[in-house]
Parts: sequence; structure tokens; C-alpha cells
Amino acid sequence: MTARFAVGDRVRVRAAFPPGHVRTPFFIRGKEGQVTRVIGEFANPEELAYGRKGLPKRPLYWIQFPQSALWPDYAGGEDDSAVVDVYEHWLEPAKGKRK
Amino acid sequence: MSGTHRHGRASQHPGAPPHRHPPQPDLEDGPYTDYMAMADAVAALLIKKKVFTGGDLRRMIELIDSKSPAAGAKLVARAWLDKDFKKRLLADVNAAAAEFDIDAGHIPIRCVENTPKIHNVIVCTLCSCYPRLLIGLPPDWYKSRNYRSRTIREPRAVLREFGTEIADGVEVRVHDSTADLRYMVLPMRPKGSERLNEKALAKLVTRDSMIGVARLEDR
Repeated sequence: MTARFAVGDRVRVRAAFPPGHVRTPFFIRGKEGQVTRVIGEFANPEELAYGRKGLPKRPLYWIQFPQSALWPDYAGGEDDSAVVDVYEHWLEPAKGKRK
Repeated sequence: MSGTHRHGRASQHPGAPPHRHPPQPDLEDGPYTDYMAMADAVAALLIKKKVFTGGDLRRMIELIDSKSPAAGAKLVARAWLDKDFKKRLLADVNAAAAEFDIDAGHIPIRCVENTPKIHNVIVCTLCSCYPRLLIGLPPDWYKSRNYRSRTIREPRAVLREFGTEIADGVEVRVHDSTADLRYMVLPMRPKGSERLNEKALAKLVTRDSMIGVARLEDR
């Protein structure tokens, strides 16, 4: 499996709410960020949690979000950010204009 | 320390009027939760099915309990002194640790570097992922809901509670350890440590500085 996204790509985290053992935190779902590192491929924890093999492996990325995009009332610095590890099947290309 | 030490029913302190102390609760006095029952049952089954022995389990607990921030501190001190090592550390902590014969485990650990412009801090919002084999068991506060929910939401306020004030022009970068990686922070080398050798530098490096809730104080 080759990585669909590259460093610098703007992506949106899927606003999905499936049941199960999901490693995508709620606070980034539906939010836009940027790929800052392609980490590698890992067995899918959503499958592993139920005793399955988690194959095919899924590319995992560092996605960096401006804090102001995650929390409308964020009170810290303008440059503050959060970096979250996100699996590829949770990502889609960001639509619309850049911020 | 609160006044709850243990001795018999009435006090034996010479000169003190008779008084009682609340007994220190035994471990078993807390609630036995479903998760505790499940963990005990799974461990008993794995031993019964000979996946591992009771001795294996004990040795693993002993091994994990024996870990301390000293291993991570050695890597930090070397990185301050050796630019090439720092590059290797930032690329792959497990491989860099292996150069010191430190087994950092099979879960990949990534190191993020604090600079005058970026202050990194680590949290696991979903559970309490932590690089145990490299810096020891996590402190209780790292596993608390307070730390896990607020560090991502208002990191500067949390850092301030740790006595760490981050200037306005500095980016606070929170790393949420949600998946298959663990994190450690490479803290900035304190001013005034220029003459120290590697061993002395390692002694300056604290657990909290490698989680990112503290900076190392200039000397």
C-alpha cells in the first residue's frame, strides 16, 4: 500500500462516528490540517482490537492542526498547534480554499 | 504527608492524649472494577494455557517497574553534545537507544525537539500511552482525565500549573499520542551547562522535561 498523501498536503479528517475501537479523537473529526510526516504503515487498530489481523496495513500520518481550528475560543498563541497521529482511511483531501 | 500512619487502636505517642488515626486503607479496599476482573481473568487464562508462566509475568512487571527516566536522560545529554547523534535520535529513538544498549521496546518512539521558537508537550488524550521502557512508568497525573483533556484544549494553562510559562511568540505544539507511536521531548540545554560533561548533563535532565511540561532551569 502506498501512501496517498504527502508532506504538505492539506487534508480533512472524516466526520464519521463509527462504533468500536477508534483511534481518531473526536476533536479532530471534520477538521482540516496539514500532513507534516508520513510515519509508515501499521496494522489497523480498529481490526486488531477485535482479534483480527488488521490487514492490509494502513499508512499513518502526522497531521498538524492550528489550535484555533480545533477550538473556536482557543485562548493561547496564534501559532499554537496540535499534532495528531491519524490513519489514512480517516483522511480525505481538503476542499475549498486555504486558510 | 497526612496524619494517617498506622498503629494500634489508641495512640502510643508519649505525652500525647489518646487519639485514633484512621487506618491506611488496604489495596483491596478500593472497588474491584470490571476491568480489573477482566485483566486478572485474562492473565490467569494465559498462564493456564501456557502462553507464559506466572514467573514470566512477574519478571515483566519487575522489568517495567525498574525503568526510570535515566535512560532517556542519557540520550538527551548525548544529543546536546553530538549533532550527528541528535539527527539519529530525531529520526528514530529506538535505534539511537540501541547505541547505548538501551532496549526501548518494539513500539516506535519519536523525539520532538524544543527550540526557542517551539515548545512541545506530550499527551495521550485517548488513554495514557507513554514511552515506559525509555523513561519509566508514567506519573499518575499523566493518566488523569484532567491532564488528558485539558492539555490538548488549553495547554498554556496546564503548563502554567506546572510552573512553566511559555512566552507569547513561542509556538506551543501538543502531540497527541493516539496511535502506534510514543513520544519524548528533547528539552533545550540549560544555559550555564557549557562546562559539564555528558554524565553531569544527563543528571540535569528530568522526566517532566522529557514529557514537555517543564523546561530545564538555566544554571
